[in-house]
Amino acid sequence: MLTPAAEVKSGRAAGGSAPAHVTVRGLCKSFGSAAVYHDFDLDIPRGKLVSVFGPNGCGKSTLINMIAGLIPPDAGEILFDGKPLSQIKFGYVFQNYREALFPWLRSLENIEYPLKLMGMPKAERRARVERLVAHLGVKIDLTKYPYLLSGGQQQLVSIMRALVVEPEILFLDEPFSALDYEMTLFMREQLQRIFMETGTTTVLVSHDLEEAVYLADRVLLLSRHPARIADFVRYETPRPRTDETLSHPDFVATKAHCLEIFQREVRRA
Amino acid sequence: MKRFDPYLPVLGVVALIVLWYVAVWAQVVDPVLLPPPTDTFRAMWTGMTKGKLGSDFMHTVERTVYATAIAAVIAIPLGIFLGASERLYRSVEFVIDFFRSTPASAMFPLFLVLFGVGDRTKISVAAFGAALVILFNVAYGVMNARKTRLLAAKAMGASRLRILMDVMLLESLPQTFVGLRNGVSLALVIVVVAEMFIGSTDGLGNRVFEAQQLFAMPDMYAAIFAAGALGYGLNLLFLLVERRFVHWAGK
Repeated sequence: MLTPAAEVKSGRAAGGSAPAHVTVRGLCKSFGSAAVYHDFDLDIPRGKLVSVFGPNGCGKSTLINMIAGLIPPDAGEILFDGKPLSQIKFGYVFQNYREALFPWLRSLENIEYPLKLMGMPKAERRARVERLVAHLGVKIDLTKYPYLLSGGQQQLVSIMRALVVEPEILFLDEPFSALDYEMTLFMREQLQRIFMETGTTTVLVSHDLEEAVYLADRVLLLSRHPARIADFVRYETPRPRTDETLSHPDFVATKAHCLEIFQREVRRA
Repeated sequence: MKRFDPYLPVLGVVALIVLWYVAVWAQVVDPVLLPPPTDTFRAMWTGMTKGKLGSDFMHTVERTVYATAIAAVIAIPLGIFLGASERLYRSVEFVIDFFRSTPASAMFPLFLVLFGVGDRTKISVAAFGAALVILFNVAYGVMNARKTRLLAAKAMGASRLRILMDVMLLESLPQTFVGLRNGVSLALVIVVVAEMFIGSTDGLGNRVFEAQQLFAMPDMYAAIFAAGALGYGLNLLFLLVERRFVHWAGK
């Protein structure tokens, strides 16, 4: 058995080659009597896509919610290049796009909304969104209200809303869980393209191991709570990854390794 | 057959009128108490165009609209304020529910003492009743704002005030309209009752009451139908406004 300190070290070592973008130190969080995080450390490398995977209820979403400031931690420090959250721009994509978008605003106005909060003039906002649309090659009628779009299109609008501020870091909390399989596959490709285009540090919570590995540069495997880093696995197959990637020995081996760690953590309870 | 579906609501109306004719023809009820539909509709037409029914109708409309407007102006901001903090609402919830459950007609004597005989009493009792209904609905609309939507706004860096104005307020709109529809219906009930008593000289309630006293049955039925049409029309009006402005409701 590894001691907590050794585990932390392995966690940092995995991210070590790329400079840390986000540093989490001494994070504590309890819900009632259940300690979900206790003295938790993590480095998120810059410009990488980190997938967070772990047993049900281990606090995957809680982790990114704390990093994104949506849930206050009980203790600990989270810094972005040494700066607090309030000084950086970030984007957040929720699982439930239906409840995350504003149905009273057209899709275009939804995407513009964070810019409006920043006090950007209307013309500039429009130009910024148009640039993003062209950049991503999105083909959706953005004058429609979100509820008139398909699920995948709505989630794409959500992702664009997160990206329009040109965030330093992008959080996605199980973004494709509410979509059917066909749409999920399509959206994975969209996300991969977006990541390749922007190179934004991205943290993706996923409950699908295949997806977690396929999209990731690093797979953060969490234990049952209080969550520790069970492993921080590198997966460095070059992008764009395709359907062939899924049967490539590297991918299969990485996925098998992650599954083994996952099973070990599940059985531990 | 499906293309006749839009006309289905007419069936009930036709059936009622036929039933009415049959009842008059078979003399199920004393003819003095139940005049034929033609007499009633004629009384309604002449009353609305030449007689006093038209002006009574407008008086009732005016009082109901005033009462609902006053109620809305007070209750909507207060409802938002109370709903924005669930703990605050919980602390006044019992008081609101208690007075919401109190028949507003029981408040007439009190309001008579406060405002004297006249429009002010009628309007203020109706406004009182409607305000509580609206308040309760607005507060619940704000409290039940989708948590994800609030978090999304927070994640985008919206201040508490912005979240209130840009998210909570709009989230509560569908429920606010439920409150307004219930409120205007209640206000009409109270206004009509108030017009029947406490020294009234006009309004639909007064018309119904006077016609009954004079045994002018076609006039009485005409006034009752006018009141019904008013209630239905006000509800429909709010529904149309809601569909126009709260296009996302239920989607």
